[in-house]
Amino acid sequence: MSKGIAITGMGIISSIGNTVEENFNALKSVSHGISRIEMLETRHKDEIMVGEIKKSNQDLIEQLGLEPSHCFSRTAMIGAIAAKEALQNADVSDVNDYRTGFISGTSVGGMDTTERHYLGYPETPKYRRFIEAQHAGFTTQSISDYLGINGYVSTISTACSSAANAIMLGARMIRAGQLDRVIVGGTDALSKFTINGFGTLMILSDEECTPFDDNRKGLNLGEAAAYLVLESDEVVEKSSKKILGRVTGWANANDAYHQTASSSNGEGAYLAMKEALKVANISAEDIDYVNAHGTATPNNDLSEGVAMTRIFGEDNMPVFSSTKAFTGHTLAAAGSVEAVYSLLSLRDDLIFPNLNFKTQMKEFSLVPQTELISKGMNTILSNSFGFGGNCSTLIFTK
Amino acid sequence: MSNCYINGIASISAQPTTDPDTFLDEVIHHKESIFRSHDPNYKEFIKPAAMRRMSKSVKMGVTTATMALNNSGIEMPDAIITGTGMGCKQDSEKFLENILHNDEQFLTPTLFIQSTHNTVGGQVALGLGCKAYNVTYVQGAASFEVSIKDAQLMLSESPEKNILVGGIDEVAKNSTLLHKLDGQIKEDDIDVIKLLDSKTSGTVTSEGAIFMVLGAEKTDKTLAKIIDVETRSSATPNEIKTDIEKFVARQGLSIQDIDAVILGNNGDVEHDHYYKSLQSSIFSNTEQLCYKHLTGDYPVASSFGFWLGTRIFDTNKVPSVLKVNDISAKGYNTILLYNQYLGKNHSIALLQRC
Amino acid sequence: MAELQEELKEKIIEQLSLEDVEVSEIGNDDPLFGDGLGLDSIDALELIVLLEKDYGIKLKDPKEGKAIFESINVMADYISKNRTK
Repeated sequence: MSKGIAITGMGIISSIGNTVEENFNALKSVSHGISRIEMLETRHKDEIMVGEIKKSNQDLIEQLGLEPSHCFSRTAMIGAIAAKEALQNADVSDVNDYRTGFISGTSVGGMDTTERHYLGYPETPKYRRFIEAQHAGFTTQSISDYLGINGYVSTISTACSSAANAIMLGARMIRAGQLDRVIVGGTDALSKFTINGFGTLMILSDEECTPFDDNRKGLNLGEAAAYLVLESDEVVEKSSKKILGRVTGWANANDAYHQTASSSNGEGAYLAMKEALKVANISAEDIDYVNAHGTATPNNDLSEGVAMTRIFGEDNMPVFSSTKAFTGHTLAAAGSVEAVYSLLSLRDDLIFPNLNFKTQMKEFSLVPQTELISKGMNTILSNSFGFGGNCSTLIFTK
Repeated sequence: MSNCYINGIASISAQPTTDPDTFLDEVIHHKESIFRSHDPNYKEFIKPAAMRRMSKSVKMGVTTATMALNNSGIEMPDAIITGTGMGCKQDSEKFLENILHNDEQFLTPTLFIQSTHNTVGGQVALGLGCKAYNVTYVQGAASFEVSIKDAQLMLSESPEKNILVGGIDEVAKNSTLLHKLDGQIKEDDIDVIKLLDSKTSGTVTSEGAIFMVLGAEKTDKTLAKIIDVETRSSATPNEIKTDIEKFVARQGLSIQDIDAVILGNNGDVEHDHYYKSLQSSIFSNTEQLCYKHLTGDYPVASSFGFWLGTRIFDTNKVPSVLKVNDISAKGYNTILLYNQYLGKNHSIALLQRC
Repeated sequence: MAELQEELKEKIIEQLSLEDVEVSEIGNDDPLFGDGLGLDSIDALELIVLLEKDYGIKLKDPKEGKAIFESINVMADYISKNRTK
């Protein structure tokens, strides 16, 4: 097995908690964060269920101590909160004591501020500082400036696999010796843009989502930010730090089938999982648990299920679950949210359940783990797929 | 670090840049502060059925990707990496305006689907049937350079790969105009060719796409070698000066070895001092070239510097419209590129003739 | 009915940006998806919005569209029976 890259810190804010421990407690007590929309003004408030962080923008501004003239979007604010926790968790007091980079995934960027102010820009000069804040790169820059990182900073925007790709890039850069430390993950806030966008695709559920269920009606959108701190073995040794786990496998493949839909044979997902196992230098039997992408759309769960049976064999499926029924689909952040959950699973030997599952799908015999269980684990595989055929897989090891 | 060669390149910009037999022989003098690209006939490159939903950036991206692959002789790349500062702005803008004007009703999926930043990367993959690694970077003015950095890293991991790397940005009707309100774009239309003499803040903007095929092996199609690329989120002019000196020294070179420097001056008096302080110090004896008075400035405009570099190596001459000082190099073997925007997203790159 | 059929052809061409297609080229019984006009799943979603916006017909499940959008004839027939505007 490859030694992989050390993870020394993590941070998260999601609809089930504002810190890693709050998220852990919610997962452990099987308490989900799916509700009606309260913080965002939208006509679809009473039509859909979402995973919303129950903090107003004003709460977030105060928590971060931002100046009144700030131009942080909600996406940037939750990102800054999670990234800060990750650095504290990794016991980093000076971000510039080593060559430190920041890689963040986002799909909406600052769209939440744009849709609030767009029509007002011509008449209202004080809003205009938010014009530039729409852009994904600006969101990342706001967070990196907040953290004091001014070297290598980049943003990945591959829709719902963005954070997974950010983790992958960070691991590769550390392995190649380009950076000593890198904060990787993703952030996306709820916005009218995504609510309406996914609405036009008719894949939003009006109930709590039911991943891998035969009667699944679609996804619940969510908002979250989550980051990991990756450090080189030299840095870890010098500071004799505790390691939370290692990223040992990663891969990115493209389904090249359709702009938004996944192929019926799950080719991209299959290729990503296969290649990630190869990078980790392990075989499919070594996987103790799969944290599936499992969005609960008819298309994703079928395609991913087929891909998993191709990798593991229908009769040899490891325990798997989708945690999206806890948080909703947090889009660009999903890969890092689920990375944090995978690390918590490894830490406490717990598998977090796939909520709301009742009926096995007709197409195969796969049944997700529906109860919280304790299980000794060494290796977890986590999937994240997105529009544009983007399929990414990460493997985490104790 | 393995070698990184440019084995194919194609550019669509506000100038005629798609004909490989010319090199800025004739330039268009744009007269507005927001102007469009000079387009090839996209129908020659894209089937009508595929084209009907494509916005400008997808058309530009798919076309330049096809052209770059053609001129590298590679049919199927082993990775597709795209950079864009603002993504598919036209469709994002239309979808957003439909939401706001129709109170979130009667919205259609096509605009939303096309609005994601990775639309071009996804469409190029779909067109080629390419199932390999596919990533999109969105890092303001450094979007193209962080894409190259990923490709360079990938070549050091797997030297056998051929990697398609592109940069795309488009003008959108209303959201581009907003940048006049926040001061990024000059309020009044100007004679763009005189942009570099401007006495006001802000710049002019346009759109374009550049795709390159990168590989670790030199081929008979090789146009240039990318020695290295570095990006930095923020820095002062003095820090940039030191960064460039260190960057050049790391390659075993000195500033005297640089035959020409291609700079991203964009006529913004508030920020052009990043370039001017280099022009009057470490590069005072170096041939200095600029291009944004031809192409305008947009997040991936710096990709034009890479295209210029390959054309200069190929023709061994520099169109006089690019020159901003009186020094002429004896020959062109080593070219340094530097770009920034609003003091952020700095990039330094070094190209060498092969 | 003939009027509605022509109207639908025009709207489909416009809504789906079928720039190279003329109204006269779409037969009333031609399949809209697959071999006929070659529309796909995204077009189906576009047509669902067209039904709602122009004829006040709201489909809840995208799967319902499959039968309704079989051809211009079938579509016109469905609209004339179910339209609310």
